[in-house]
Amino acid sequence: MANTMQFDLVSPEKRLASLEATQVQIPAAEGDMTAMPDHAPVIVTLRPGLLKATGVDGTVTQYAVTGGFAEINADSASVLAEFATVGDGQGTARAALEGFLEEARKRAGEAQGESKDVAEKFVADLVHLLEAME
Amino acid sequence: MPSLKDLKNRIDSVKSTRKITKAMQMVAAAKLRRAQDAAESARPYAERMEAVMSGLAASVGGSDGAPRLIAGTGSDQVHMLVVMTSERGLCGGFNSTIVKAARLKIEELKAAGKTVKILTVGKKGREQLKRDYRSLFVDHVDMSEVKKVGYGNASAIAKDLMDRFDAGEFDVCTIFYNKFISVISQEPTVKQIIPATFEAPEEGAEAGALYDYEPSEEGVLADLLPRGVSTQIFTALLENAASEEGARMSAMDNATRNAGEMIDKLTIEFNRSRQAVITNELIEIISGAEAL
Repeated sequence: MANTMQFDLVSPEKRLASLEATQVQIPAAEGDMTAMPDHAPVIVTLRPGLLKATGVDGTVTQYAVTGGFAEINADSASVLAEFATVGDGQGTARAALEGFLEEARKRAGEAQGESKDVAEKFVADLVHLLEAME
Repeated sequence: MPSLKDLKNRIDSVKSTRKITKAMQMVAAAKLRRAQDAAESARPYAERMEAVMSGLAASVGGSDGAPRLIAGTGSDQVHMLVVMTSERGLCGGFNSTIVKAARLKIEELKAAGKTVKILTVGKKGREQLKRDYRSLFVDHVDMSEVKKVGYGNASAIAKDLMDRFDAGEFDVCTIFYNKFISVISQEPTVKQIIPATFEAPEEGAEAGALYDYEPSEEGVLADLLPRGVSTQIFTALLENAASEEGARMSAMDNATRNAGEMIDKLTIEFNRSRQAVITNELIEIISGAEAL
């Protein structure tokens, strides 16, 4: 049994990470999940949150992601995030997230019915994420 | 016969033109590199996205409850054409080829009795289409302030399209852009993005593991489809940016070479007329001396 897996994190604009990991914690839409080697194949959608990848040497790298999806296999985990940045990224990354939050708030204000719930959840997740980054 | 002074002036002006085109060529080369890098780094995301979506679409698409973005609205009466061109000229046939492809499609659709709507991205295409199809324009996206195409630009366009689609403004959406092949060759590409089309997975390719989907196949697909549209638009924008700089680079290379040839020709003419003037003066002096 392999005890590492290939972890890739790509955003539309670039590939942020590609490394061997022992476990990856993913903020899935219905709650955080941790993928380890030999995980059953699954595709999940993401919510805004922190993604934690543990490298072979035990170092944990944190990334902040917004929506997207993750594809998990027995030997790999690929995360395709709409927006992703290294978690302790201050300054521009933070500003970008705050921009998202503002936009999301606006959308939540305009939305109605079921989509309002979705939009409000997105706002709440973003707020959470920003707090977690501090 | 132009005077020596005239020739001199013309040579000077062609020389300064050559300087400008040379500089533009070098700027385009630098920008091309960046645009190519950007297109390159966007590829893994787009490829993965496409792979996952086509897998999903194959399993969900056939059923009755398929999302409208795949199944379409059930009619193909109203077509939305998104024509992507550049903001600036001096890039050879770059814009004309896209516009030509768009014109062809517009005429074809019109002949078939369909309704056509046009959304333009980039000023140049708008200008060229304005004369004949002004009444078909629905919107225009101005990219002149955008220095580097970001995913945000693409998702803004995609969002606008989705809103229109949801409002029932059109049934089919097609994008027009130039696919970057090499510096001297760009291929005008016409791609239908709504309803989404996928290349059939290759026969014999690994069927892939059977994935579980969370929350559900439909849920994941509903979440992915809009992203798929943004991704396709983003890819198109990046390809277009690279093509534009490539086209500009080769156009300016040609211009520089032409200017060089012209300078050579003018210089020869200049030397000949100078020689003629000298010969004339000599004849005058000699015949003057002989007359004495």
